[in-house]
Amino acid sequence: MYNKPVSEEHIKYLERIRMRRRNILIAQVSILVVGLILWEVAARLKWIDSFITSNPSSIWKLFLEYARKGNLFYHVGISVFENVIGFVAGTGLGILVAIGLWWSDFWARVLDPYMVILNALPKTALAPIIIIWVGAGYSGIIVTAITVSIVVTILNMFISFKSVDEDKIRLLNTFGATKFQVLKKVVLPHSIPTMISTLKVNIGLSWVGVIVGEFLVSKAGIGYLIVYGGQVFKLDLVMMSVFILALICALMYKGISILENKVLKWNE
Amino acid sequence: MDKKKIVEVKDISMTYHTFNGETEAIKDISFDVYEGEIVGIVGPSGCGKSTLLSIIAGLIKPSIGEVLVNGKNVTKPSKDIGYMFQRDQLFEWRTILQNVLLGLEIQGSIDRKTMEKAEKLLETYGLGDFKNSYPRQLSGGMRQRAALIRTLMVEPNLLLLDEPFSALDYQTRLAISDEIGLILKKEKKTALLVTHDISEAISLSDRIIVLTKRPARIKDIIKPELTCPDGVWSPIKCREAPEFRYYFNKIWKELDVHV
Repeated sequence: MYNKPVSEEHIKYLERIRMRRRNILIAQVSILVVGLILWEVAARLKWIDSFITSNPSSIWKLFLEYARKGNLFYHVGISVFENVIGFVAGTGLGILVAIGLWWSDFWARVLDPYMVILNALPKTALAPIIIIWVGAGYSGIIVTAITVSIVVTILNMFISFKSVDEDKIRLLNTFGATKFQVLKKVVLPHSIPTMISTLKVNIGLSWVGVIVGEFLVSKAGIGYLIVYGGQVFKLDLVMMSVFILALICALMYKGISILENKVLKWNE
Repeated sequence: MDKKKIVEVKDISMTYHTFNGETEAIKDISFDVYEGEIVGIVGPSGCGKSTLLSIIAGLIKPSIGEVLVNGKNVTKPSKDIGYMFQRDQLFEWRTILQNVLLGLEIQGSIDRKTMEKAEKLLETYGLGDFKNSYPRQLSGGMRQRAALIRTLMVEPNLLLLDEPFSALDYQTRLAISDEIGLILKKEKKTALLVTHDISEAISLSDRIIVLTKRPARIKDIIKPELTCPDGVWSPIKCREAPEFRYYFNKIWKELDVHV
């Protein structure tokens, strides 16, 4: 289709699309840059009290200092570690439970009301209990992170498993497929898009668990830096931690998007 | 008939139970299908045509009666029976070749010989260039053809077609029903075709079973004698046969449709 001579009109059309894309990008970057500049200027001119708002240049200075001393990477590393274990285990265990529920319709129905209530319950309310039971360290924080993401994973995956076209299953049955083959050949592959979207949601949920867990008990991690900064009224530290957290979340989200494009190439 | 009986349906009745009551879907149905025949089943919508096919496939058990396929009692799906659905049910995440091999994969019988056969069938029926494409890249007609090849790959000697053309647009439907009719005859397959399209049934079938409203019983069995133009059998050509209208009207009256 690209070999055809391109009309004047089509060139103009492409040009318009490119312009629009560029304008969107410019506007996106401007919001960030203008926001940061305004913040910095407002703090320097004492329009706002930088003791409680901090300002970009101090945050940047603090960032360089933490980076040089190396303890930034220590804190970030611990939180990322807890988060990754949390969402991988939360997603994995959630999928396993969902498979169990798919396998046994009886138990799916029995457990349904419990799932609904657990899903509605704010899981962070369980964090103190978990930390007492599991221990006030990494393990407690990781289990908190898992708890936050597992229930919604079970529900989403179960719904997805159940949404497989009945005729697809009947088709496999006419070939003489076992229940395990039905699971492997159609139910799981059918649910890969849901798995990936669940994974995306779970990264965020797992961060909720990690930060709450670190607020409660930790001696290291991004959540620890935030709480510590708040307690000693060092807003530079709090703001820096929040920015780093935002950046890491964005990177992880991007990573999953790349994985998504790789895995779902049949969907293009 | 000295031909071999492939299917024997013996006094089948089927009742569905739900919490709100029971529904009789099928009542006292018996018929035989002989080797190499295409038998059409027509009936008013919702009369239990698909239920009948599911019973013959061994997907559901009848309340009363039994079905023999190749002389054996059907209790569960068997590899002698191939089933085609209304929609092609190709797996979107598999290439056409992988889709076509699905049945063999389930039965654990993929080897060089069956691979070659799959490629050959795809080639013969015009899908050779698409074997590495995904279903969404194919037209509705091509997808249905791929679905047929998937069914043929496990070498069933009985094919059950459950309104296999009804999801296609009219032109595609005419073309693909013609093609699939010819493929079935060429591969010498015995087939049961459920349809609500009277013309399709007449043009494709050697015999047509007309069912009544629910609970479905056999109202009539018709053997269309068509003089197809040029003396060559082809479903689309046979629609031009002078007797076609007669059979159409006969079945239409028997279906007794009131809207």
